[in-house]
Amino acid sequence: MNQPGRFATITVNGRAIAATGDPARRLSDFLREEAGLRGTKSGCDAGDCGACTVIVDGAAVCACLMPMGRLAGARVTTVEGLADAPGEAGQGALSRLQAAFLRHGAAQCGICTPGMLTAAAALLAEYPRPTEAEAEVALGGVLCRCTGYRKILAAVCDAWRVDVPEAALPAGAAVGARVRRLDGAPKVTGADRFGADEWPEGALLLKAVRSPHFHAAFHFGDLSGWQAVRSGVAAIFTAADIPGRNRFGVIPAFADQPALAEGTARLRGEAVALVAFEPGAEPDLTDFPVTWQALPHLLDPAEAEATGAPLVHAGRPGNHLVAGLVRRGDAAAALAASVHLATGSIETAFVEHAYIEPEAGSAWMEGEVLCIRACTQAPVMDRDDTAAILGLPPERVRILPTAVGGGFGSKLDVSLQPLLGLAVLKTGRPCRMVYSRAESMTSTTKRHPARITAQIGCDAEGRVTALTFDGLFDTGAYASWGPTVANRVPVHATGPYRTPAVLARARAIHTNGPSGGAFRGFGVPQAALAQETLYDQLADAAGIDRLELRLRNAFRDGDATATGQVLQGTGIHECLTALAPHWTRALADAAAANAKSSHLRWGVGVASCWYGCGNTSLPNPSTIRLGLTPEGTLVLHQGAMDIGQGANTVITQICADALGLPVGSFTLVGPDTFLTPDAGKTSASRQTYVSGRAAQAAGAALRAQILRLAGLNGAVRLRLEGAELVVEGETSHRIDLAALAANPHGYALMAEETYDPPTAPLDADGQGTPYAVYGYGAQIAELEVDTELGTVRLLKITAAHDLGRVINPTLAEGQIEGGIAQGIGLALMEEYLPGRTENLHDYLIPTFGDVPPIESLLIERADPEGPFGAKGLGEHVLIPTAPAILNAVRHATGVTVTRVPLLPHRLRAAILAKGTP
Amino acid sequence: MTEATSDYARPTALPEALALLAAGPLTVLAGGTDLYPATQAQRLAGPLLDITALEGLAGVTVGPEGLRIGAATTWTELAETDLPPALAALQQAARLVGGRQIQNAGTIGGNLCNASPAADGVPPLLVLGAEVELASVRGVRRLPLAEFVLGVRKTARTPDELLTAVHIPAAALAGTSAFVKLGARAYLVISIAMVAVRIVAERGRVVEAVLAVGACSAVARRLPQVEAALVGAPLSEVATRITAAEVGAALSPIADIRGTADYRLEAACVLLRRAVAQALPVEEVA
Repeated sequence: MNQPGRFATITVNGRAIAATGDPARRLSDFLREEAGLRGTKSGCDAGDCGACTVIVDGAAVCACLMPMGRLAGARVTTVEGLADAPGEAGQGALSRLQAAFLRHGAAQCGICTPGMLTAAAALLAEYPRPTEAEAEVALGGVLCRCTGYRKILAAVCDAWRVDVPEAALPAGAAVGARVRRLDGAPKVTGADRFGADEWPEGALLLKAVRSPHFHAAFHFGDLSGWQAVRSGVAAIFTAADIPGRNRFGVIPAFADQPALAEGTARLRGEAVALVAFEPGAEPDLTDFPVTWQALPHLLDPAEAEATGAPLVHAGRPGNHLVAGLVRRGDAAAALAASVHLATGSIETAFVEHAYIEPEAGSAWMEGEVLCIRACTQAPVMDRDDTAAILGLPPERVRILPTAVGGGFGSKLDVSLQPLLGLAVLKTGRPCRMVYSRAESMTSTTKRHPARITAQIGCDAEGRVTALTFDGLFDTGAYASWGPTVANRVPVHATGPYRTPAVLARARAIHTNGPSGGAFRGFGVPQAALAQETLYDQLADAAGIDRLELRLRNAFRDGDATATGQVLQGTGIHECLTALAPHWTRALADAAAANAKSSHLRWGVGVASCWYGCGNTSLPNPSTIRLGLTPEGTLVLHQGAMDIGQGANTVITQICADALGLPVGSFTLVGPDTFLTPDAGKTSASRQTYVSGRAAQAAGAALRAQILRLAGLNGAVRLRLEGAELVVEGETSHRIDLAALAANPHGYALMAEETYDPPTAPLDADGQGTPYAVYGYGAQIAELEVDTELGTVRLLKITAAHDLGRVINPTLAEGQIEGGIAQGIGLALMEEYLPGRTENLHDYLIPTFGDVPPIESLLIERADPEGPFGAKGLGEHVLIPTAPAILNAVRHATGVTVTRVPLLPHRLRAAILAKGTP
Repeated sequence: MTEATSDYARPTALPEALALLAAGPLTVLAGGTDLYPATQAQRLAGPLLDITALEGLAGVTVGPEGLRIGAATTWTELAETDLPPALAALQQAARLVGGRQIQNAGTIGGNLCNASPAADGVPPLLVLGAEVELASVRGVRRLPLAEFVLGVRKTARTPDELLTAVHIPAAALAGTSAFVKLGARAYLVISIAMVAVRIVAERGRVVEAVLAVGACSAVARRLPQVEAALVGAPLSEVATRITAAEVGAALSPIADIRGTADYRLEAACVLLRRAVAQALPVEEVA
């Protein structure tokens, strides 16, 4: 018998490698574990995501589907080998394709980038100058959750060009420049290290035993007996082993989630035990001695809040977690007096974050300190939650975040950090853990499903009079960010429009579904679906153009919000105004297309957004440290997690201009809870604004110190020359940094500044100042509905967003395009069904062909509070997309959509129910 | 690491493969695009028979009796081979299976043996009157495709048999064909419904019509009643002769996350009309 797997030789990136071992092993596992080529990512182990794409004998294939036994004599190219391909400069230089990815901002978090690059390289080898359509087909098998694909297409089609390296920017020119990502190079070479990519030698591999039931009691059998008969099982842990408080939660007052369940599992996928396997052992949990007793479960929040429903948590009657309220004026009376009314409802589904990097990390002890390297959006929160669970003081836990392969809100909550810590503490050995795609999907948070009813009125001129809004949010088994959703939604329920009378309520109800957590927008996208679709109905009722109705009601400076906050730097009117010519053109295009009778109907829709940046009425500080070493190295301690959105670059750009030295002279440190001050969590679109303000303050403070030392004032220029800092004003002054005494941090000069947004608590009626800065935007969706099949083909999205000040246009466009892609998913295809769609082929996210061309219009209406006037953007961009699509569908077909995702069968049923358009 | 074991065989000669199959149950591994996703482990459980090195198992050959498609022919090879217009539907399907990576690895034989109700390869082969060739140490037999795929994940292959080829009879190479797939996104999508049609037309009228629908019953089905109604139809009337009642009579769709049963039936009808319009030669329509 032929046994090619044994000592077969394969050529990987031009190097011969002996492929020993099991021939049935996945090539992806071999590359990562044996060959050390961890640029090849594993996102699903099922061929669903394409992250592991490599080139085998010229053809792009998923390495996770390729048996080693087939590769004798094969030539394999991974991302690490692209730079040395024929025709490239080689020797460590980037390939033209890799450089094009950097130039176009085609890599955000970078986790899909190796798969994109290899798929593209296989295409380019045959077609060096592909059309966009050819590129789309060639890359269609790779999923990206960050970019919205458009910049990837542009990069691939432009990859024939020889890259011109970025010119060094002079001091003071960073803000507003299209600076390439400072952390971009390792993302395109495959050198970036994500959660699963690095672990200490000899690390134990952890696997969690998880509940297969939505709700179940469980007890363990003979654990030590099972361990004894299994080879390679080093240890087993259960809740009984947890030394500290077995409860975590992002909001301390609501902390309710055990790291390992205690006798009862409240959701499918909940971890109940942890098994540590010796390195190299097959991590097989078959026949693990646990018996389950399935208990009645709740998956419908309306049933869950009904009288007599079983309780998910004993202390929360009615399964009621929390409610939020904003009341201003007498909404009922104002509606009764309104000339026109629109009334409607919308129902949304669980939405999965579907980052391409499942949760992963490793941990070890350094002396008395537990070190955890894992993907996260919130290092300091991870530290505090993990320390509490393990009974350690926080200073004995060090969080060293890895590169993060997408987060979108779900990596704010701890996942595997306490499990890693527990196993390391108990065994004294380093440990590693990587969630499978199914584990990631079942056990982590989701966007809250919402059931919203709302009513909006206006007068004869289309001036909005009042809004009533009632939202029921399924917050799943554990609190997570449920309280934030309940509070944030009523504040934003009006949309960015003057609404004199408001009664907006939202409540979060427990079920045995996955925990409702943070997902780009914290409930506001769901609320906007209700409000923005009603605006279209209201416009029709009043006989006013839909864009015009929005313009008439858009906030202006000095207007008060539903919470009574008086706004400044209000850019929504500018956004809508910028869309006006596009709106006119799009309506004309649609009318022309619809003039011929066809089953294809074009539609145009518009929707707006506003979004408060940072925590709702709670402290939310960021601290940034900046230092100059005696050797003249300028070090920025940048603790704001870059999860692909670009904080590393944007924070540096802001700091550079505040200080007056070029971006190129900065060295970044962090994030690392031992090395960087707390820059808060990457959530609520706060990093550019809040950490940016701290970075601006730190830069300014260091500049002030320098100027004092130089005895100069005003418009001086700074320049670093080795260990000398040259200060040039009316006179020139040289500061010898080496001559200054280094402080305990090792800096000759240092500044550390904190910024906390000035907010004020909301009273019982939700009146107050919940946010210091709001960002605004509006989008037009143009689409074609196939009325016979109920399918929707998007033609174009035009997006106008007010950023206050654009720090980096390329990154801003990347945020917009990526947010739109997620909005498309929310509107048209994404529906997480617990127990049914726990993979990336049943759970659909948009692919290359689902995101149309996007035109971004960047509006700059400076905010008085933001750094250089800047506002947040990350979440705003997702909010208008889905309602704009629904409004366009209504325009095309007359169908008022009341449930998303608008799957083809649902739209077709609605078209049938309505009758021929 | 464990050393290579006899659990993984990758012979080059068919008799050797058949002898191995005769000696005991083996999992047949072709493209791996269905087997690997079915496990969370980093290796497939054996024993395995990797058939991708078998001589003569890949590629399309033409003979007096028609076409022979080797079972290990990949979707990409199918899409890129110069084939008669009757196979246009199969080639279109090949370009719509998964993404490029899946097409480069997945095989036509694996698609048939996996027997998914949503297997994109089945309707285009049904309209070609395809037969499968099953080889074992006991000999070689041929089965019409409709008699091979028996149900969800169920085929007529006995454990000692290997699906070695798909045969397209010469008579079925007449006419033109089209494939239309309906899914909720552009790439990497499991079909809600898909159809294949092959039409032979002469002097403005349909001489032969073969229609098949997938993902609307446990096994993709031909639609004999509809086919009969199309024969003799002027080309301008072909689409309108496809009636929902007759399409529905042939199918038994389920409701699932991708669509309701009613929707599938209606969609199948719409897709068939479109596929027919697409398959008809332009000059014949005009």
